[in-house]
Amino acid sequence: MDLDDTPQQAEYRANVRAWLQEHSAKAPVLTGPDALRDEDEIIAARRRWQGELAEGGLAGVTWPAEYGGRGLGPIEQVICNQEISRAKVPGILDVIGVGMLGPTIIAHGSEEQKERYLEPMLHGEEVWCQLFSEPAAGSDLAAVQTRATQLDDSSWRLTGQKVWTTNAQFASYGLLLARTDASVPKHNGLTMFIVPMDAPGVTVRGLRQISGEAEFNEVFFDDVQLDADANVGAIGSGWGTALTTLMFERITLGLGGEGLGYDPLRFARAIGAYESARTDSDVRQRLGDILAELTAVRFSGYRMLTGLQRGQIPGPEAGLAKVTIVNSGMAGGDLIADVLGPDALAKESEWTYMISFIPGLKSAGGTEEILRNTIGERVLGLPPEPRLDKGIPFEDLRAKEKEAAKT
Amino acid sequence: MNLALSDEQLLLREAARNALARVKTLHAARAALEEGPAYEPLPDLWPMACEAGWPGLLIDEAHGGAGLDAFDAMLVVGECGRVLAGVPLLGHLPATAILGDAPNASELMEPLASGKKRAAYLPAEPPNDLVDSWTTDPANGMHRAPLASVTANADDGSASVAGQFAFVPDAPGADTFVGVALRDGRPVGVTVDSDTPGVSVQSVMRYDATRSLGHVVLDDARATILDAPEESLRSAWHLAQALLASESVGSVETALDVSVQYAKERFTFGRAIGSYQAVKHSLTEVLRRLENGRSLLYYAGWSFRGMPAEFPLAAACARSVSGHALDYASRTMIAVHGGTGATWEHDAPLYFRRAQLSRRLLGGTAGATDRVASEVLAASAG
Repeated sequence: MDLDDTPQQAEYRANVRAWLQEHSAKAPVLTGPDALRDEDEIIAARRRWQGELAEGGLAGVTWPAEYGGRGLGPIEQVICNQEISRAKVPGILDVIGVGMLGPTIIAHGSEEQKERYLEPMLHGEEVWCQLFSEPAAGSDLAAVQTRATQLDDSSWRLTGQKVWTTNAQFASYGLLLARTDASVPKHNGLTMFIVPMDAPGVTVRGLRQISGEAEFNEVFFDDVQLDADANVGAIGSGWGTALTTLMFERITLGLGGEGLGYDPLRFARAIGAYESARTDSDVRQRLGDILAELTAVRFSGYRMLTGLQRGQIPGPEAGLAKVTIVNSGMAGGDLIADVLGPDALAKESEWTYMISFIPGLKSAGGTEEILRNTIGERVLGLPPEPRLDKGIPFEDLRAKEKEAAKT
Repeated sequence: MNLALSDEQLLLREAARNALARVKTLHAARAALEEGPAYEPLPDLWPMACEAGWPGLLIDEAHGGAGLDAFDAMLVVGECGRVLAGVPLLGHLPATAILGDAPNASELMEPLASGKKRAAYLPAEPPNDLVDSWTTDPANGMHRAPLASVTANADDGSASVAGQFAFVPDAPGADTFVGVALRDGRPVGVTVDSDTPGVSVQSVMRYDATRSLGHVVLDDARATILDAPEESLRSAWHLAQALLASESVGSVETALDVSVQYAKERFTFGRAIGSYQAVKHSLTEVLRRLENGRSLLYYAGWSFRGMPAEFPLAAACARSVSGHALDYASRTMIAVHGGTGATWEHDAPLYFRRAQLSRRLLGGTAGATDRVASEVLAASAG
């Protein structure tokens, strides 16, 4: 049992570190007095930086070499992330594309699609977004209603709405889950598509959250025309393709290491600055609980990595780490605001953003409740709740739901 | 990066599980709580431990031990926790860890490694960022008690210790006590034989009959001062925390397994109760706490030798999280079983008793949580 690099890993780390030392002057500055302010400038600079990282082999570490990656394992990805963080430079901009959507295309896409899309994605020339969730399909993702209809000339027409779409405002392409057949049960009638975000009929609208900022978008599709070969994987096999993306999502989150940036030391530093808080036994109990749980998540991540190295794929239990991070982060925000008083909630406070952001995080990537259902059923083997949608054609299901809502 | 059990560790764990399966530990735990004719004394599991080589887990091979690491010891103690087996390792193992770091104790080691003699650790908590003195568990009340003191006798190199240690795990029947005492205000390791004049051990049973405890009073008892480094004396406290954490994680595993099994078999309103979200979510909460506890056992087990500077934090995190986990799991075990879960004949109350007492031993779960804050506050200020 150890946390050490093997000689090969140590060599890889040294190479990454040397590359970063040589190139980090080119990295965009995002914090401090010299930070870039203009949103468009930031995005442009981060895209260029992603291109540099890709050239240096620091993006797409786990991608196969034939698509511009390094063909290395998850542990090298973690080493790379650690070194980028150590060098205090930004990582790649398109984490969703490179971490989740690219690998999905590699697994299910056609040779033409791989040839056309992967390299510009890796280099940040074309940023991608994930068009899965809808207003009425989140936890129950297979309930998507965005409709893709094939015309006589084999091209597709797309109509519907997606939501919670990160990076849609500057993305070139999106990977979209659509319903192509409503006459079969809901998991069977889905197909995955590549959608150009500049196609006529695509409208992106920022979605403001509690903080007032808009990190997500709503995306509307109004009779958008897609080429006949826009589907990724076979028609009707979209659910399986989506599951691949979600598996890579778990891996990407797991390899993120320190969770969502809720660093135990950051909480401790804020509390420690107040002598009356630092010595208060109630504050120390609350702080100790938060720190212990966040520390546990760090080591759960290392356990997952150990499994990945041995070829094990993270199961739904990886979602437990998210539950812990969100709830500990929430408790941390509460504790700090209790110690600092209303000033913690001032507009210029470094804590307001976190306090505003976490409540929504509880539902991100699957609500806490649906995660607990899935884990209870898949990991503990508990029986599922009785469900009313099994084996029913999707179009009849909608009618049933509407009927039930009336009574 | 490797946080997986080695083949040897898997074997060690399996052997422990098999050995313990030969004893009806849960029956014994209940029978030892009885009064009157149903009472049965707890079976002595020390011979089994000796046969398995557990007393020497942390003693090096040159002295007849297995020369294994803290994590291996934690695995064995975890197996004891799964079945609530009263094996006196919580007292013995930290004692052998201190002695192993003391060159002048080397002739004591062989009988301790074979189990011919049994040691008990006298728990002493090192200072933290707010408390600059060593303390021990109080016999009652919330305030930590002062640590015993030791005086060297100039003539023959011997020494005498005066002080009290309350709720010492596995003290009754121990041959030797090993701990820390203050000499001119500085901590030194000491060892005292239990048959020395001035030593008294009062056996105390509190709520969980599987946990052997004693109040140890040392009234100018003749002692040997150990040349173990102060670091080793501190580490013993944290090792005891890590062992108790591992034991608790083992108990949570059983509580969860039994509860899940029942939730699949018990039907209400035509469905298995495990299909209801309310039940399912509380069981996944047990799993969440269990997995967090397990991850922290890896941290503690690795850092003991791999990163000693972090061992206090790792052990305190493990103790805090697994302590809360056992509280939660044992209550959930009762609740999932309905009224039956709160009856004498059921196993759930035995796990509840274990949770209730464990939470209050060795500085308490709350003490460990405070230690987590203390360690991180100190690190963040530096």
